[in-house]
Amino acid sequence: MREDKETPMVQAKSLRKVYGATQAVQDITFEVSRGEVVGFLGPNGAGKTTTMKMLTGFLKPTFGSALIGGIDVGQDALAAQTRLGYLPENAPLYDDMMVLDFLRYVAQLRGVGENKMGLEKVCEHCGLLKVLGKDLGQLSKGYRQRVGLAQALVHDPDLLILDEPTSGLDPNQIVEIRDLIRELGREKTILLSTHILPEVQATCDRILIVNEGKLVADDTPDALTGSQAGSVIRIVVKNKSGFAIEPENLRELFSDISGISRVDLRDGEGTGTWGFALRAQGTEDLREAVFGTAVANDLILLDMHRERVSLEDTFRRLTAGNTNNSIMGENHV
Amino acid sequence: MSKSLAIARREMRSYFDSPTAYIVVVSFLLVAGWMFFSSFFLMGRADMRSFFAPSPFSPSMMLVVIIPAITMRLVAEERKSGTIELLTTLPVTDTQVIVGKYLGALGLIFSCILMTVLYALVISSIGDLDWGPVITGYLGLLLFSAALAAIGVLCSTLTENQIVAFIVSFILCAGLYFVYYLQFFLPQTIAPIVEYISTSFHLDNLARGVIDTRDILYYLSLIVGALFLAVRSLARQHA
Repeated sequence: MREDKETPMVQAKSLRKVYGATQAVQDITFEVSRGEVVGFLGPNGAGKTTTMKMLTGFLKPTFGSALIGGIDVGQDALAAQTRLGYLPENAPLYDDMMVLDFLRYVAQLRGVGENKMGLEKVCEHCGLLKVLGKDLGQLSKGYRQRVGLAQALVHDPDLLILDEPTSGLDPNQIVEIRDLIRELGREKTILLSTHILPEVQATCDRILIVNEGKLVADDTPDALTGSQAGSVIRIVVKNKSGFAIEPENLRELFSDISGISRVDLRDGEGTGTWGFALRAQGTEDLREAVFGTAVANDLILLDMHRERVSLEDTFRRLTAGNTNNSIMGENHV
Repeated sequence: MSKSLAIARREMRSYFDSPTAYIVVVSFLLVAGWMFFSSFFLMGRADMRSFFAPSPFSPSMMLVVIIPAITMRLVAEERKSGTIELLTTLPVTDTQVIVGKYLGALGLIFSCILMTVLYALVISSIGDLDWGPVITGYLGLLLFSAALAAIGVLCSTLTENQIVAFIVSFILCAGLYFVYYLQFFLPQTIAPIVEYISTSFHLDNLARGVIDTRDILYYLSLIVGALFLAVRSLARQHA
């Protein structure tokens, strides 16, 4: 190996891909270090797949360069491709081939030949031993994804690039594939794309979010969801005095608390009650201040709890075109 | 080269694992055998000239139809199913892919043609067969079909629709085959050029038992040219 341990496994240097008038990918730059498991997130059509195709050498970037283990894919695609295993979107396979024949074929083209021990290990790893003699066309979606993973692993690569490895699978299969990925992540560098958010939180060390061809976030899951990203305080208040109060006035009341960046009206718990979602910036716990404000204004606090911002919130904030209602999603459990 | 051979082996298996190969081989042997033997006994001569010589009613005409049908799926199918992404992101060059697929198709086509060696054996057992023209005839037929297969591979890289690939390569192959017959209607100045670009003209020379380097060079340059364009066309798709 000509590169040392310091060289990042993946380097994308202002990658750009232009199709006619549309810019599918606009100057995406990031690095993936050795041993990291990185999740690539974004809405459909954001440019995830295009970026991955450029990293694997399937597409040539219009501008910029992709390096795998320090090797420029544009200059020496073959050397870069020997270092990585790639599972394309929807796991395209030769439907007329048997599982074992297919894996042998890939191994031959990978130049690892009839390394039987290796193949057997990979099949066992991916849970394929029962279907080795079946035609790929007969396999269920879950098994197809596993074969796709197995073909990416036959040469024991340092880097795995997986494009939506769990799309179209049922919940049990998702858990299986996720466990497999987590296991592989212990020894390999993995870059995987998905739009299933809990999956990234469960498997990844770092998250890249792309939107409309641009990289909009590059951070750890904790940073994107944890205390630094702020929190949401949900309250339900009741009007003690019995006078009619406009919810707008209440909203202003709570907005005035320092540290609250945004107040949204939510459903109350019956007549005379109102619910609010208060978004707090920073790490400070503002519940005390909220309580004080409620008491000072003769309001009864029926309910109050604090939530971390979920990855879903962050994702929607970063990728939704309009910010309205996107920060504090309704999807909290 | 070993990677090309691995690809060629896969293509061959794919032909023989499906009904394609058997339909192609059986229909070629049936029609070519009928075309040849229907006139063979009438002429009463122990030679195979009419088997190799181009005509609208000949085994080589049969190849003009069959070869585009064999080659149409080679790249088009991979583009349609998306496996081309898998294949081109493996550490193989576009040239290795094209050469491998080409060799896979040639494997089926050549086995088809070489099965008719049986005819020569039968004829030599009932008459005094001159093997010279038979060997050059086979050389001609193999070169001819190798050239058509290269055109077929090129057409298969142009589209993801196998039917379109078939029609385009059939038109090209039939055009190059029949343009020879057009020369009687053309002015003296361009007739030799048309004659030279025709696949059937060169096949006719070899069928007569004449080995002329021009004929062999013609086929080889057609093969190399078409395969070169096919590599470029494949490379352009993931540009």
